[in-house]
Amino acid sequence: MLEIKNLHATVGGNEILKGINLTINKGEVHAIMGPNGSGKSTLSYLIAGKDGYEVTKGEILYNGVDLTEMKPEVRAAEGVFLAFQYPIEIPGVPNTTFLKEALNSVRRHRGEEELDAMQFVKLIKAKAEELGIAKDMLKRAVNVGFSGGEKKRNEILQMAVLDPKLAVLDETDSGLDIDALKVVSEGVNQLRSKDRAILVITHYQRLLDHIVPDFVHVLAHGKIQRSGGKELALELEEKGYAEYGVAAE
Amino acid sequence: MSGKAQTIEQVREFTDDSYKYGFVTDVEVDTAPKGLNEDIIRFISAKKDEPEWLLDSRLKAYRHWLTMPEPEWQKPKFPAIDYQDSYYYSAPKSVGDGPQSLEDVDPELLKTYEKLGIPLFEQERLAGVAVDAVFDSVSVATTFKHKLEEVGVIFCPISEAVKRCPELIRKYMGSVVPYTDNKHACLNSAVFTDGSFVYIPKGVKCPMELSTYFRINAENTGQFERTLIIAEEGSYVSYLEGCTAPMRDENQLHAAIVELIALDDAEIKYSTVQNWYPGDAEGNGGIYNFVTKRGACRGRNSKISWTQVETGSAITWKYPSCILQGDNSVGEFYSIAITNHHQQADTGTKMIHLGKNTTSRIISKGISAGKSDQTYRGLVRMGPKAEGARNYSQCDSLLVGDKCGAHTVPYIESKNKSSVVEHEATTSKINEDQLFYLRQRGINEEAAVALVVNGFCREVLQQLPMEFAVEAQKLVGISLEGSVG
Repeated sequence: MLEIKNLHATVGGNEILKGINLTINKGEVHAIMGPNGSGKSTLSYLIAGKDGYEVTKGEILYNGVDLTEMKPEVRAAEGVFLAFQYPIEIPGVPNTTFLKEALNSVRRHRGEEELDAMQFVKLIKAKAEELGIAKDMLKRAVNVGFSGGEKKRNEILQMAVLDPKLAVLDETDSGLDIDALKVVSEGVNQLRSKDRAILVITHYQRLLDHIVPDFVHVLAHGKIQRSGGKELALELEEKGYAEYGVAAE
Repeated sequence: MSGKAQTIEQVREFTDDSYKYGFVTDVEVDTAPKGLNEDIIRFISAKKDEPEWLLDSRLKAYRHWLTMPEPEWQKPKFPAIDYQDSYYYSAPKSVGDGPQSLEDVDPELLKTYEKLGIPLFEQERLAGVAVDAVFDSVSVATTFKHKLEEVGVIFCPISEAVKRCPELIRKYMGSVVPYTDNKHACLNSAVFTDGSFVYIPKGVKCPMELSTYFRINAENTGQFERTLIIAEEGSYVSYLEGCTAPMRDENQLHAAIVELIALDDAEIKYSTVQNWYPGDAEGNGGIYNFVTKRGACRGRNSKISWTQVETGSAITWKYPSCILQGDNSVGEFYSIAITNHHQQADTGTKMIHLGKNTTSRIISKGISAGKSDQTYRGLVRMGPKAEGARNYSQCDSLLVGDKCGAHTVPYIESKNKSSVVEHEATTSKINEDQLFYLRQRGINEEAAVALVVNGFCREVLQQLPMEFAVEAQKLVGISLEGSVG
């Protein structure tokens, strides 16, 4: 589903990624772990298509098609979802209005009929219930005045509504206490399926206790230094990133 | 945009009368000759079969107008207006002149209607297509009128009101905006062609939102409209002005006057969605919208509330104001102004506190995109007798792109130590992170901008009557088209 080949990328003229290779098949959950500044978020923004992130060499193929040629909204409609590390506030725009606009944009792109207000309300209520999200969160302006946990749950809700094929979760555990972490992880686990690929990006191993990955990769100095199974995460937890030339924080 | 029968009648009237006024007129033409002089004013007055006093007041205004300088304090600059190059009386186009079917109408215009979700027959009406649908609307308007008459509300063209209730017109017209007020208002006082008149009797809550929408079906509004709304003691009315669809006007200058009068415990809510032709993307053409709108809260506990959504016109010069004369009276101004391409807007309000414990609230949201330039200009004046008066103003500007401008010019004058004036202002650029977030969810860039801007304007949009708000939201998106990418 996702094939990253020898990816080099710059941000503001600085080379951050220096030759990444990664293949993710559908149904698989991969975790990328790495210290701060290793290029984890850069990789997620490159997949989503944020301005200012330049591919200088290599490619990102999504179902065999070059992803970097597509606008961010086209990637999203094609099934690429990024759960943001810092979800953005949109004052004055109710969460439901935003989600309806997003879902119908994606449906239009897929050649499906748009949902009307009634159909949408039914869908969103069902999804919110499955994920244990309070109704008032749907009416409030997007992420405005949300606690850290609510923001992350809102990301998972959006993921559930948009039903992506490839979901990238960027530091979804950051800023969460242990209870919130459990709730968010449960939400993600509900969305695991044999048709969906998930890429979890994290600094700490603790998230991977809840979202258990099939594969773990260590990213440092702009390259994947090592890949393995879920046990690699535990090893990192114990030894830190020192053996990859990164000083302890 | 008028009933076919009425048009024919007017054309006939005109041709019968034409020699009397010394104009050589082709039968097909129902427009006064170009230019402005006393004969033109006499012509307009005679066309409307006006009483002597009204003609005299027009002529007085005209003579004063000749001596008045153009206002020059506003930010938009434009070449001097050649007043002799305009038409001052233009009756509805005759049946043969207008487009015969939708196929004859500018496809760009139809695209806009479609986006606004306006039904087909409505599109025909707005585009001025001469079809039978117009007659349907006339009958709708008639039903509507009967319902209002039952409760004693008068809602008619101002030219009709001159005949029906001359004493009200003489008492109130020009009492809020005198002809000496400013050059544009003075011109309107001399040459106004028509407009709306509303009278709400004592204690009556007007049973429906009054809208020019109905009136336009039956009557023609000119380029120099004049509106007068009188709310007697304890009455209430909500008035909606303007179509939300663009009425492409060939004329350059639009100088209107709106006067509101609220007596004891009366409330007037006046909402406008202004979408005149803004000119093309290169800044050619478009309307100069120079409008004087003012409300007088004459009675105790009276309230006047202005809500405006301004998206059209090449140049907007407009300051809907409140004179808070009655004790405890309330003035409100809620505004959204959107400029794109080369549009220029200088808009805001004046809150003149005269009475005790008067309060006013100003919420202004300005959005500038493209190469446009926008100024919020607002005056809050606390008079020496305005004890305990309060004002709160909040002016937020949002910039889309890096070639547009936003300016906030508040004027605060206080002659009273017990009054309180608060002013808050912010200016921000549309946030790239917000746009990326929305786009990552599948929303395209233009729709993302529209969503963020709608959120920015929400506080004001909520003031609009429901069905108006929905169209206004769509309009926000349409107005910003081509502002990104």
